[in-house]
Amino acid sequence: MTISNIQVSETPLVLYTLRRADDALVLGHRLSEWCGHAPILEEDMALANMALDLLGQARELYSYAGKVEGKDNDEDKLAYLRDVRQYRNLLLVEQPNGDFARTMMRQFFYSAFADLYWRAMMKSGDATLAAIAAKSEKESAYHLRHSSEWIIRLGDGTAESHARAQGAIDHLWAFTGEMFAVDEAERSLIDKGIAIDPAGLRPLWLKTISGVLAEATLALPSNEWMQQGGRSGRHSEHLGHLLSELQYMQRTFPGLTW
Amino acid sequence: MATPNTPLWEVFIRSRNGLAHKHVGSLHASDATMALQAARDIYTRRGEGLSIWVVPSSAITASDPAEKGMMFEPAESKIYRHPTFYEVPEEVGHM
Repeated sequence: MTISNIQVSETPLVLYTLRRADDALVLGHRLSEWCGHAPILEEDMALANMALDLLGQARELYSYAGKVEGKDNDEDKLAYLRDVRQYRNLLLVEQPNGDFARTMMRQFFYSAFADLYWRAMMKSGDATLAAIAAKSEKESAYHLRHSSEWIIRLGDGTAESHARAQGAIDHLWAFTGEMFAVDEAERSLIDKGIAIDPAGLRPLWLKTISGVLAEATLALPSNEWMQQGGRSGRHSEHLGHLLSELQYMQRTFPGLTW
Repeated sequence: MATPNTPLWEVFIRSRNGLAHKHVGSLHASDATMALQAARDIYTRRGEGLSIWVVPSSAITASDPAEKGMMFEPAESKIYRHPTFYEVPEEVGHM
């Protein structure tokens, strides 16, 4: 038995699918960290539900990435046997939970994007991605609604909750630009009608979040500078810690099942 | 865990085959919108429902358990109120 990392042949479609799978897995894992720790029982369930939605999306995307690659890398290998530099998720989704406001703001920024993204991807020329999109869109729509309602209540709540929500925006804002970035590999898929151009979603995304934040009496930062790197494996220091917990069992006892 | 800011709500679910909403339990939420979402997250995780009602628990007027003798016992001796004393004409079929 070996616990060395698998190597993945990242053709454009494999890489593209892997990136979305990593987004879903990492964000789902972050949400699962709340399990048993949420401020109220009702929200504990809500967070776990969202985590399970995302885990389901990740599984389908990993399976498809493995199938497209055609090298015996199944969903488990892709999730458990790639190191931090091989992960392709957005920096936004790996950011630590922080307080409840920060968790909800991260969810809000991502879900507002994912809802538009999956809806657009339902028209993908790739039948599998289009099918995954159709399922994911409904889940993302609910995540957006749930997080929006919380943002409104936190922002327009007490002085304490307002300050925490505004702090979360200021902290996370620089990680939102990466959602709309496109590199060469993705450009080729966009040209083929397999992927969609996320840049086209940004005005709608901005409109969605501006509306909610205005109702929440919260302000968007004027800061335009955006952090990038997750899509090519340059992550913040937080992802390595997340993966060490996520992958511990398979790294210690290779091939273990229960 | 409940504070004065998170009132109690009663949850009613109409199932796939059900005609009426049935009481399934209660939960805490700050307002009606959040109560509806919490009800969805807690009580419909296994495909139980197609429709949800949430009602503030405080809106319910309940009978007093201490008065159950006065309230319910008088009906127990009136079996003639059950519809088993009528002859249903055959043409009616199943009712």
